[in-house]
Amino acid sequence: MKIIVCIKQVPDAKDVRLDPETNTLAREGVESIMNPYDQHAVEEAVSLKEQLGGEVTVLSMGPPQAEAVLRQAISCGADCGVLISDRAFAGADTWATSYTLAKAVQKIGEFDLILCGKQAIDGDTAQVGPGLAIQLQIPFLTCIQKVREVTEDEIVMERMMDDGFDVVAVSYPALLTVVKDINEPRVPSLKGKMKSKKATIKVLSAEDVGADSSCIGLAGSPTQVVDVFPPPPRGERAVLTGTIDEQVAQLTEKLAAYL
Amino acid sequence: MDYFLTEEQEMIVDIARQITDEKIIPNRAELDKKDEFPRAILESIGQADLFGIPIPEEYGGFGGGCFDIVLALEQLGRGCIGVATAFAASALGIYPIIVAGSEEMKKKYLAPIAAGEKFAAFGLTEANAGSDASGIQTTAVLDGDEWVLNGTKQWITNGGEAQTYTIIAMTDRSRGARGASMFVVEEGDAGFSCGPKEKKMGIRASSTTELIFKDCRIPKDRLIGRQGTGFITIMKTLDSSRPGIAALGLGIGQACIDEATTYAKQRVQFDKPIISFQAVQHLLADMAIQLEASRALVYASAKHIDAHPKDMTKASSMCKVMATDMAMKVSIDAVQVMGGYGYMREYPVEKMMRDAKILQIYEGTNQVQRNVIGQELNKEYSRK
Repeated sequence: MKIIVCIKQVPDAKDVRLDPETNTLAREGVESIMNPYDQHAVEEAVSLKEQLGGEVTVLSMGPPQAEAVLRQAISCGADCGVLISDRAFAGADTWATSYTLAKAVQKIGEFDLILCGKQAIDGDTAQVGPGLAIQLQIPFLTCIQKVREVTEDEIVMERMMDDGFDVVAVSYPALLTVVKDINEPRVPSLKGKMKSKKATIKVLSAEDVGADSSCIGLAGSPTQVVDVFPPPPRGERAVLTGTIDEQVAQLTEKLAAYL
Repeated sequence: MDYFLTEEQEMIVDIARQITDEKIIPNRAELDKKDEFPRAILESIGQADLFGIPIPEEYGGFGGGCFDIVLALEQLGRGCIGVATAFAASALGIYPIIVAGSEEMKKKYLAPIAAGEKFAAFGLTEANAGSDASGIQTTAVLDGDEWVLNGTKQWITNGGEAQTYTIIAMTDRSRGARGASMFVVEEGDAGFSCGPKEKKMGIRASSTTELIFKDCRIPKDRLIGRQGTGFITIMKTLDSSRPGIAALGLGIGQACIDEATTYAKQRVQFDKPIISFQAVQHLLADMAIQLEASRALVYASAKHIDAHPKDMTKASSMCKVMATDMAMKVSIDAVQVMGGYGYMREYPVEKMMRDAKILQIYEGTNQVQRNVIGQELNKEYSRK
């Protein structure tokens, strides 16, 4: 089975700060990690490969340093990594990102499954997985919590819902997004780490993937971020004391002040 | 302190650290409480190839040395030396095969251990043979094409959990120390069974049982090395493995300093964090000094052993004594810094203090190690 896993390098959520001057995420000095949902997607792909044979390619769009997450995925069992990196991609929204990833997937060639994390913990949109499937015109299923059975014709899974799960099946090729319940990602192995150190990461530019320049980066993005700001601090709080009658009197007095 | 590790050594540390932080630390209190063998964690350790560190590359391992295994054990020990002991005991169990086993034996037994599919255990101690290994009463008698083993081993780590056991037994009592031989016994061999799990003060995640041999018949080719070389193999094995026990001491020492310092910064008494009091600072400072001095000796000894495999006894014993005595002292002091909270089970240092004690006892008591160091000094100065 040929599996492509789309992964993203994100700032570690344990250490999120805003740059007070620009009101954008401060990236400097903040550790970057593989998006946690994507770690589960990599694990699922590697365990499917271990059961069924095949190959796992990890794909990421990002700056040159995003190579680190591709190497991390290789140390956990992925076979090869492809980085799509070009200054022209900067500022891409979820549509332009899906378009660019689709171009790269077409460049990589045949596949049976594409796995993605449910969403990235920085943007939290959960749109890129489905967007990529639409671009490639393949079916997709989101929030997969368990793979039940894999046959030659289809893959049977559980899709997480608010009040339980659906049992769903899809034929190949298809795109799945996974939730954290699906597995427990493994720790990299010693041999995997050594392999990942030596691995050559293929880097593709906008030209390499044959992307239409009007569809990539900020210019190709229908969504524009107008403003980013921290939520306003919560107002002052007061605790009312005394008997219930006294507290009610205090409360009505306070409310009356707003009338 | 920077010990200028190689890139490969950094990888070992990173992997072992990740396993410790993600798999061991969140589960150690529960494993300790329930006396539970950490199967899932050991599977993760196996999946990460750490069992392969001491195994030569031609048998599927990493071909690492004493220093490599020390680095892994220090990290695992920082999480829980019960878990780390199960890992270390498996390495101990295969050393005799690495040191003296035949080619066929190495192929058969080392590869599944390197792959994390099987564990090993090492059987030396008996009721009347502890520090004095010459008191061994287990016997092995050749009967046709089979060895017949009889006797009972005591306090064997990974007993009942391992699939491969290396055992010492007397093949010719009249020859004394030269009458002992080592064998491989497999789980499921007829006449071989394990006793119930012992109840221990600490390292409760590890399994400790008797190994019972009642007319246990094993094929002739399970003899490790030549007949009569059992003690030599055991001495080589223990000399190689003792720095690993020292490394567990470093792990506990580091964990105790981490816990005690973090606590001392948060705990406020007399309107100040207690770390601002010199009485507490001096306790922490002494802990840090002892830990770093021990680490320097353990690392230096491990590197010496890797470079001079024929001259390892003294270095091996010295680092074991220093780092494990340090672990006991530092864990007691960590409980002291944390006062009543340190004594409570909600905090991890009481477990570390219980766990630390075994380090001064197993793989040769620290008193026996001092004897060894003394004898080595005597030999060295007789040559001068």
